[in-house]
Amino acid sequence: MPPSSHTPRSAPSDALVSFDNVTKRYGDLVVLDELQIDVAPGEKVAIIGPSGSGKSTLLRLLMTLEPPTDGVIWVDGEPLWHLRKGDALVPANDKHLHQMRMKIGMVFQSFNLFPHMTVLRNVTEAPIHVLGMKKAEAEAEARELLQMVGLEDKIGAYPGQLSGGQQQRVGIARALALQPKVMLFDEPTSALDPELVGEVLGVIRQLAQQGNITMLLVTHEMRFAREIADRVAFFDKGKIVEAGPPEEIFTEPKQERTRKFLKAVLEAG
Amino acid sequence: MTHAQVLAQTTAPPGGTVWDWGFALEILPELLRALVVTVQATVVASVLALSLGLALALLRRSKTVAIRLPVAGFIEFIRSTPLLVHLFFLFYALPRLGITLGAFTAGVIGLGVHYATYTSEVYRAGIEGVAKGQWEAATAVNLSPRRTWTGVILPQAIPAVLPSLGNYIVAMFKETPLLFAITVIEVLGAARIIGTQSFRYLEAFTLVGLLFFLVSYPSVLLLRRLEARLATK
Ligand SMILES: Nc1ncnc2c1ncn2[C@@H]1O[C@H](COP(=O)(O)OP(=O)(O)O)[C@@H](O)[C@H]1O
Ligand SMILES: [Mg+2]
Repeated sequence: MPPSSHTPRSAPSDALVSFDNVTKRYGDLVVLDELQIDVAPGEKVAIIGPSGSGKSTLLRLLMTLEPPTDGVIWVDGEPLWHLRKGDALVPANDKHLHQMRMKIGMVFQSFNLFPHMTVLRNVTEAPIHVLGMKKAEAEAEARELLQMVGLEDKIGAYPGQLSGGQQQRVGIARALALQPKVMLFDEPTSALDPELVGEVLGVIRQLAQQGNITMLLVTHEMRFAREIADRVAFFDKGKIVEAGPPEEIFTEPKQERTRKFLKAVLEAG
Repeated sequence: MTHAQVLAQTTAPPGGTVWDWGFALEILPELLRALVVTVQATVVASVLALSLGLALALLRRSKTVAIRLPVAGFIEFIRSTPLLVHLFFLFYALPRLGITLGAFTAGVIGLGVHYATYTSEVYRAGIEGVAKGQWEAATAVNLSPRRTWTGVILPQAIPAVLPSLGNYIVAMFKETPLLFAITVIEVLGAARIIGTQSFRYLEAFTLVGLLFFLVSYPSVLLLRRLEARLATK
């Protein structure tokens, strides 16, 4: 839990997600370094950068899997890891974190499906036990989501019986079932065989085109990032080196480090 | 008659032969009745060992040091001291503190608590074997801590350690004769009483060994099959 020596400002009025001077350290290792970033409602932000630069950590702080060491994260006008107390911010309690998490969904690199549950139960588990939905209602909605990701015929299967691409599509349906305002994708296709990448990107593309959901997408798929992102942020050593519209970042990056990274990635890919 | 022949005659069992089938059949019902006590003690103590063990494993993970440390201390103490001492303490010492337990109750508590400290370690291994990503996914879909345990973690942790838990139950079953030391007439105790009354220990103790084997061995085979099935899953 971050100490709140930080002077709080009010939430940025136009941003849905805002990192205000957020630092994350593991011991002496600075993973996020006074990070600043605002994400507008409905905006799709692609985060690119070398491995170990802190991209996953950014998402993990936002998903409340790890607390920041310092700074304030705002989500939908509320401090994520703090409670307002008069003019100050104090560390949040579990109840606050639980409420804030309602707004956020995450898709993991390694899927992290519940292996002992069927596909349908993976998707209905949270609606039933978190939202208190009736089983029949939750299942009806889960079927719709699974249809959207093209898996209506796998409802009774267990994750172990599915391909990686199918598992990741269930992972997306599971996250969407709680109707989050922000979806976090942490390299959703990195663990997949090349031939399965397309089906997962297809689902994410469809979601992006539907419009109003806000997305933070960490990815190495540069073409895809360019296609769906409103903005691309290049990340290095816990800082955003450069951010801007995809055409700008991919065709005329201002920073030398961005150029080098893109050159290396494009040559490798 | 040689000296040896005289000796053989006086020490030979009544009935002449060494192993007496008639006597064995005669005492079998009594031994079976006592085996029921043994099995009852095992079943009740198992329920205690399996449930208390889980509770201890969960408490040992508590965020509160004031819970975690005493629980860890208790587990280490029980594991480092003989079961027979626990049994004597429960049956002979507790009454001095105003708590009088029947022999069977004291025996079952002693066995159950002792084995709970072993099963708690088994549960702990099972819980630690659940992938970190499962906790993260549970948080990401906003499950409560309680639902995370009951819906996600334990349903994966427990099946994985069922064979180990089963092995401890079998081990406990084989330790029930210790209860005779606090006057519970379980199967070994019954055999010993038969022996002292008839001066025929051979049939009684042989049958006890057979009876234990007939219960233990199929259980062990079953557990091996369970283990193999879990391994292929
Ligand atoms: N729990 C942790 N303890 C210590 N170091 C960590 C931990 N998690 C991540 N790190 C370190 O933080 C750095 C950034 O990690 P990460 O956010 O996963 O980078 P990226 O996703 O950009 O590859 C890495 O050097 C990693 O080793
Ligand atoms: Mg990463």
